[in-house]
Amino acid sequence: MNEKVAIVGVGCTNFRSTTPDLSYRELTYEAATKAYEEAGVDPRKDIDSFVSTAEDFFEGYSIADEYCPDQLGAVLKPVNTISGDFLQSLITAYMQILTGRFNIVVVQAMSKASNMTTLKELELFAFDPVFNRPLSENPHFVAGLEMNRYLYDTKITREQCAKVVVKNKLNALNNPYAGHGAKITVEDVLNSEIISYPLTRLDISPSSDGAVVMVLASEDAAKKLSDKPIWIKGVGWCSDTFSLESRDWAQPISTEIAAEMAYKMAKIGNPRKEIDVVELSDIYSYKELQHLEALKFCGKGEAGKMINDGITKIGGEIPVNPSGGNLGVGNLYECSGAQKTLEVVLQLRGEAGKRQIKNANIGLAHSWRGVPTTSSAIAILSN
Amino acid sequence: MGMRRVAIVGAGMTKFVRRAQETGKELAFEAAKMALDSCELTLKDVDCVSLGTAPDAFDGVHMKGEYLSDGAGGWRKPVMRPYVGGGTGVFNAIHGWFHVASGLFDVCLVVAEEKMSSCYPHPAGAFLTIFDHTTEQPLKPNLIWIFALEMRRYMETYGISHKDIALVSVKNKKNAMDNPCAQIPEEITVEDVLNSEVLADPVHRLDISPTTDGAAALVLVSEHLAKKITDKPVWLDGVGWNVDTAYWATRDLSYPKYVEKAARMAYDMAGIKEPSKEIQVAEPYDPFDYKELHHMEGLQLCGKGEAPRLIAEGVTARDGNLPTCPSGGLLGVGNPIAASGAMKICEIFWQLRGEAGKRQVPGKPKVGLAQAWGDLMQVGTVVVMRV
Repeated sequence: MNEKVAIVGVGCTNFRSTTPDLSYRELTYEAATKAYEEAGVDPRKDIDSFVSTAEDFFEGYSIADEYCPDQLGAVLKPVNTISGDFLQSLITAYMQILTGRFNIVVVQAMSKASNMTTLKELELFAFDPVFNRPLSENPHFVAGLEMNRYLYDTKITREQCAKVVVKNKLNALNNPYAGHGAKITVEDVLNSEIISYPLTRLDISPSSDGAVVMVLASEDAAKKLSDKPIWIKGVGWCSDTFSLESRDWAQPISTEIAAEMAYKMAKIGNPRKEIDVVELSDIYSYKELQHLEALKFCGKGEAGKMINDGITKIGGEIPVNPSGGNLGVGNLYECSGAQKTLEVVLQLRGEAGKRQIKNANIGLAHSWRGVPTTSSAIAILSN
Repeated sequence: MGMRRVAIVGAGMTKFVRRAQETGKELAFEAAKMALDSCELTLKDVDCVSLGTAPDAFDGVHMKGEYLSDGAGGWRKPVMRPYVGGGTGVFNAIHGWFHVASGLFDVCLVVAEEKMSSCYPHPAGAFLTIFDHTTEQPLKPNLIWIFALEMRRYMETYGISHKDIALVSVKNKKNAMDNPCAQIPEEITVEDVLNSEVLADPVHRLDISPTTDGAAALVLVSEHLAKKITDKPVWLDGVGWNVDTAYWATRDLSYPKYVEKAARMAYDMAGIKEPSKEIQVAEPYDPFDYKELHHMEGLQLCGKGEAPRLIAEGVTARDGNLPTCPSGGLLGVGNPIAASGAMKICEIFWQLRGEAGKRQVPGKPKVGLAQAWGDLMQVGTVVVMRV
């Protein structure tokens, strides 16, 4: 068995609202070649296994995993797809290496959201076909209801949620990969049109295209391949109920349970003190606050105070989404967790440029799979 | 350092039927409960869930793994959906193996479900969108056409007749007569296969497995627990998987190289040197009759082009030296895509434990193999099991 696993190479494309010059295969190819070059590996000789990430309806194919191997250089190799978030694929690769049968494993995720011309209709297909699909023409209604409930329970305000958008879009201005950076005000967010009350258009992360590929390695291999290996210290993932009728609307229980697992594995007792940088799911503005509480960076209902006090900005006590998050980089669907993991890796290596956080040694990447799911995944990384 | 050994200690499957009354969630629940009951565990004992199910287009539900997760026992647990098309049923167990062999978990519930009947009027429609959108979809291909090309290539390369191949359908449908879960157990003749209607030459209706609703589940545990739970653990000693290019039109269709690579990976891990001698019972993937033969060759159970001789001589009959598809296979039991691979692992589990009832192969087999296949004639997934 292998005891330790590290990320030894990362590659990504820009994250942009549309990429008419690149097919989805070319997006992955670009990210893969960069990751392989960084790790100094030849996919045809050195890689033991490949894990890709795909959802049929997002890709526009049935059995979308068919189209994963070629652009990764993975033809006639052990390749498997995870229908989930990139972080779940990363965890699969992590488990493969821990078994001791594999030393170098590649993980990939890609979003070509600009190809989805009927995104709203497509997302509705994720709802229970009998009970829920007939209810709405706009999948954001689930998030609107949830936000309402969260604000009611915690006394957190719409202004505090808007501050998250302001912070993340500002962070994104310092991230050359991000496509949705902007300098906006709380009023801009509150005054943009209501999509599903209390959610406004700017409370919702815009769709983006992009791809991320990472090379993972066992301890022995990692030390040979990289001067700056980023170690996986703990992982956790969980799904709560899919049913809208029986779920807890106030709390993201799956993130709480996944965090408990990851903290236990990484031996983290006090996340706020021990973790230096956080990238968590902010597909909707309120989700950043809700997830901060579920990840135990503050008590229930206290996340509003954190954003008020500037604790989560770059330079604050615990910077959250320095990359710009989903709100500033974009909603990358299955690739969302990949962009977050990538940012944590860059921060821990000290390669985050203008948005670099000082003395970042331990980071947390988190993803949530979006409406209507209750699935979350977490990885805790260290340098 | 040595590897953590992983055992299968429980298995269960629903009846395979053309149109189940149950929803996909309920099918997953039934199989999961049967598997847990069979080893006297409950959901409380389960650390994590691996959920296998093939195209979302069957159910018409986007992110189908999310939709099925609670039915499969994943509620508030780590649950993940691995996906390699038709190879998913066997890969799902390999994914379960990662969970336990990695040391992260001791008990993994592996559930595979497929509900094809909700795809109306016929699930073949879901396969129209598996082809490349630029180079292939404009030709409006369907799945049977491309398998007809592969079958023809296999026959031409080795001088195999349709008669030789039809024997597989006859054998498997007959084996299924002893399987209480089977959808189309039948006693038919080679002539019946040859005289059934042509769907895409050389594929006739009786060369093909049916479309099916069903689910199957397994319980995987770590070594120290296995011995507490049962006297008869079945060890998952070898796992292998491999995927070829999506550009299927550019490769030699006469031989499944990706199956060979997957098999060699599993044999290497299980320490199998001479598969044709050491494997005592096998469930190669048989969605079409020629595929059983094609896969036996890829699995190194015989040389290239030799599989037809084995079936003609009765070697692969239930009482032969190397029984294949004693369950009745997909041709007899049915083919609920992801669940059919899991069904094959269930069958080998029962065969190795001597619990296969009327289907039991003689000679107390100790080593068995299950295999699945899928995508665009592109992926092979293999497990080697031992008692």
